[in-house]
Amino acid sequence: MSKELSYLEAIREALAEEMRRDPKVFVLGEDVGAYGGAFGVTQGLYDEFGEMRVVDTPISESAIVGISIGAALRGYRPVAEMQFADFISCAFDQIVNQAATLRYRYGGRATVPIVVRAPSGGNVGGGLYHSQNPEAWFIHRPGLKVVAPSTAYDAKGLLKAAIRDDNPVVYFEHKYLYRRAKGPVPEGDEIVPIGVAATRRDGTDVTLVTYGAMVTPSLEAADRLSKEGVEVEVIDLRTLLPFDKPAIFASLDKTSRVLVVHEDVKTLGIGAEISALITEERFDALDAPVMRVTYPDTHPPFSHVLEGANLPNVDKITDALRKLAEY
Amino acid sequence: MPPIKRTKFKLTPEQLLEMFYWLKLSRAFDERLSTLVKQGKVRSGVYTGIGQEAIVVGTCYGLRKEDFIAPLHRDLGAFLVKGVEPRVMMSQMFAKTTGLSKGRDSALHSGVTELGIFGNTSMLGANLPVAAGLALTFKMEKTDNIVIAYFGEGASNTGDFHEALNFAGVQQLPVIFVCENNQYAYSVPVEKSMAIDDVADRAHSYGFDGVAINGNDVLAVYQATQGALARARTGEGPTLIECKTYRWHGHSEHDKAFYRSDEELAMWKSRDPIPTFTTYLRTRNILDDEKLNEIETTVTATIDEAVEYATNGADPDPAEAITDLYA
Repeated sequence: MSKELSYLEAIREALAEEMRRDPKVFVLGEDVGAYGGAFGVTQGLYDEFGEMRVVDTPISESAIVGISIGAALRGYRPVAEMQFADFISCAFDQIVNQAATLRYRYGGRATVPIVVRAPSGGNVGGGLYHSQNPEAWFIHRPGLKVVAPSTAYDAKGLLKAAIRDDNPVVYFEHKYLYRRAKGPVPEGDEIVPIGVAATRRDGTDVTLVTYGAMVTPSLEAADRLSKEGVEVEVIDLRTLLPFDKPAIFASLDKTSRVLVVHEDVKTLGIGAEISALITEERFDALDAPVMRVTYPDTHPPFSHVLEGANLPNVDKITDALRKLAEY
Repeated sequence: MPPIKRTKFKLTPEQLLEMFYWLKLSRAFDERLSTLVKQGKVRSGVYTGIGQEAIVVGTCYGLRKEDFIAPLHRDLGAFLVKGVEPRVMMSQMFAKTTGLSKGRDSALHSGVTELGIFGNTSMLGANLPVAAGLALTFKMEKTDNIVIAYFGEGASNTGDFHEALNFAGVQQLPVIFVCENNQYAYSVPVEKSMAIDDVADRAHSYGFDGVAINGNDVLAVYQATQGALARARTGEGPTLIECKTYRWHGHSEHDKAFYRSDEELAMWKSRDPIPTFTTYLRTRNILDDEKLNEIETTVTATIDEAVEYATNGADPDPAEAITDLYA
């Protein structure tokens, strides 16, 4: 059984189902209570679960995560909402120094099952502080897991997996997809496992590795290439830490060519890591250099014209795929 | 500042002697560590609480196992009073597998959830939101367990301090914030880091009471704690207790503390919490030479045994450097 939901509704449904299933799950954050969240993700939860499980907080991102860690140590499974992923920098210390290191410094005697939801991404006219894609900061920190769903199905299944995971998980939900990405979502307990990529399109000539809001333009570019006789395999990573290395390598072994597409900036983005890893471990399988289509190394500007110039799009991806196919 | 209600307490001679034992053990443990650092047997990470012991003993004495504490880096005595074996704490300082973090980190960066101890990072004040999270779960469960969170006057200048105390005040959480005002944040004296005299005054802006007391008087600390405990256990919310004290050693063992005068140190040494309490016990015929000798012998034997146990403990296997990151 499945039904059609938006990406945003899928997140809400995962929260509600997990809260019904497990009394230890609760949500906290700014405006998540009666208001239902800045984007409406938590709408209805306050009425169903009350103020002790849908906790409105002051503007205190660091405390939101710190409180979550404290609750997690007592067996709770808090889901903390950062109103925008841009604000996650205010909670950086609690995530990277407190949560990520806790199990290690406890000699393996503790778990920190928290989820930090971070609405990320541009193309929504948000400007510098409502458009960022800060996932690479967290991929760089051992002890965390990082996920970034691209479909309504995965938004639900990955959030359930994140809530049930015993480790701190940063869950990047892309704002552009909230109401635009719609699709079938299974009813009930369908889990999308953390660490497993999805092949969105089969191909034999070029491997395209991407995630989040870049999956749709990547698929469109792949369709264009198909008309030119080039078959592109599109891999949606879904999890960024730990990412699905076997899936990337298996596709590379077929195609010998890899393009990484991400909305995060270029320098030390996940594309850099994937490229380095392929060079280290699969150099002989390559017929061309690993290429990247990314945001340039700059901030997300407010002007539609400027932001459009920065964002990866179907044309940019198509050009890169052609270059790679012809190499 | 509104007056904090004086809470009557009655401690039996046996209980008073127990408190005396914890003071002596905490002091002897830190003194031995100081020696071990000079001998090169402990690498680093030693931040003694010598001179401040009355605070942890007066606050932790008589707590329930279920009550949580979130100590700071000088509060080794808090770990001991709350139930961690001295030999385990010594192993932690020796970076042995018999320590709490199995060699992953030094000092007090590890905790024991079963004993109600949270181990903080080096980011001072970062334990306070975690303490609020622990307290939030007690409120959710409608139990009368409480949390005691420790911080220095230096950490009261951090954002986490503000975020945690504000949230605790809003939610009326069962948490006691204990400030160990030892006059210096590393080298910076209190007058250069605060424009007010008492950290206790900060409590009022969060909607609860703060009181400044003599932190070198273990019974004054105990009394103030009992009053705050009674309020926290009955749902009357947080209290801030500022304990005025002084650290005899430098910030850490390598710090010669040239930033303060010999006269100042001598003045504070004349307020040593241990002789003060010794006199109290002697004048009431609770302690005599024989009993004192017995306690001191036990303390020395305990520390000797702990050092021997830690010395003989196994170093970690190099392969363990990358384990215990994920559950």
